[in-house]
Amino acid sequence: MAQQHKAVALISGGLDSMLAVRVMQEQGIEVEGINFFTGFCVEGHTHAIRNQDKNKPKRNNALWVAEQLGIKLHIVDVIEEYKDVLLNPKHGYGANMNPCLDCKIFMVGKAVEWVKEHHKDGFDFIITGEVIGQRPMSQRSDTMPLVSEESGAEDLLLRPLCAKNLPETKPEREGWVDRDKLYDFHGRNRKPQIALAKSFGLNDFASPAGGCCFLTDKSYSDKLVDLWQARNSRDYEMDDIMLLKVGRHIRPTPEFKLIIARDAGESKFLEGYRKQFASIYSTSHSGPMALVDGDLEPEQYQLAAAIVARYGKGRSADEVELSLTIPDRTSLTIKTAPMETQAVMQEWYV
Amino acid sequence: MNREQLDARRLLCPMPVIKAQNRIASMQPGDELDVICTDPGALNDIPAWARINGHEVVESHQHDDEIRITVRVGA
Ligand code: SF4
Repeated sequence: MAQQHKAVALISGGLDSMLAVRVMQEQGIEVEGINFFTGFCVEGHTHAIRNQDKNKPKRNNALWVAEQLGIKLHIVDVIEEYKDVLLNPKHGYGANMNPCLDCKIFMVGKAVEWVKEHHKDGFDFIITGEVIGQRPMSQRSDTMPLVSEESGAEDLLLRPLCAKNLPETKPEREGWVDRDKLYDFHGRNRKPQIALAKSFGLNDFASPAGGCCFLTDKSYSDKLVDLWQARNSRDYEMDDIMLLKVGRHIRPTPEFKLIIARDAGESKFLEGYRKQFASIYSTSHSGPMALVDGDLEPEQYQLAAAIVARYGKGRSADEVELSLTIPDRTSLTIKTAPMETQAVMQEWYV
Repeated sequence: MNREQLDARRLLCPMPVIKAQNRIASMQPGDELDVICTDPGALNDIPAWARINGHEVVESHQHDDEIRITVRVGA
């Protein structure tokens, strides 16, 4: 009997990586999955935050996909290392703050490292669900070979869904997989993938519209850039990444920004940060929890409180009482008239 | 049998899963790990991760906002 070969697959939780694995399994290849958590992934934590998500299944799609495929999944925390990818992308950004090409090179490179570290488990090659021409930056005919090269994977990186459009890789050359049974998908048309999914009996799958992470989202990217500008430094911590996903962000002055919860779920979530950030909430009326990011000086207390009051039930009251706490500094009560809706400037919204 | 505890409170998914996975890598089959966390997403993610990777969730509890999930390490 021919020796069984083993591949590690980059699993995002979307349909393409799922199909790539199935195609390999059809050829008798044993596959395990690997998923990288950069902190910006759409997966996961937002479940915990907003009320409106309560009815959606609280599942991590990468884990779910692995379970459907019957493969093991290793989730790797790359939050720290990813900073350099995002802050200094050699190949630049896509339409927003998404450094897709550098990101792909980084992830495939991490998979190469992982395979080396787990050499006793006998992995022979790496697969991804990439489709040529599907994504404007990382999945072009000129950039896909770059990923193989710069990641160090070279000809051990196989893309089963579009392999026929690409030079032969080692797994094909050595006959570990049959090139004839691989695919030649290209472009943005998703029909061939959907048809292939059907032929495998896969009906339920996640298909993220933009990309696999928040960095492809314009409003998220704008908030990230605003944060860097305000701090005069391009850096971030995990808390920053999370807080950019939550609430309304309003910056009335360059020195501080308010993060105002949009529902009870977000209020509860923001409460968890009250030891690290100044916080404001109404005590006379029900209303949202708000955090202050930046330096809030005493002469700005009224302004900040009036804005927060505008988003609570007391918005039409003559006066609202709010509690303002700055950790290790002060805790006081402020009485103010809520700011009028028109007075909250459009350009304050980040 | 060894029993260990992992404090994953305030961490958001998938971090509790990642921490549990990394801890379990250094434990022996039959050992048990109590993961204490606060993100309700873990109630789904940790059992899914355990099923996929051959471990078993033997108990899971939610008390106020705190969740305790006990995973028995598989072979
Ligand atoms: S969408 Fe995000 S995770 Fe996906 S390749 Fe681009 S930067 Fe990386």
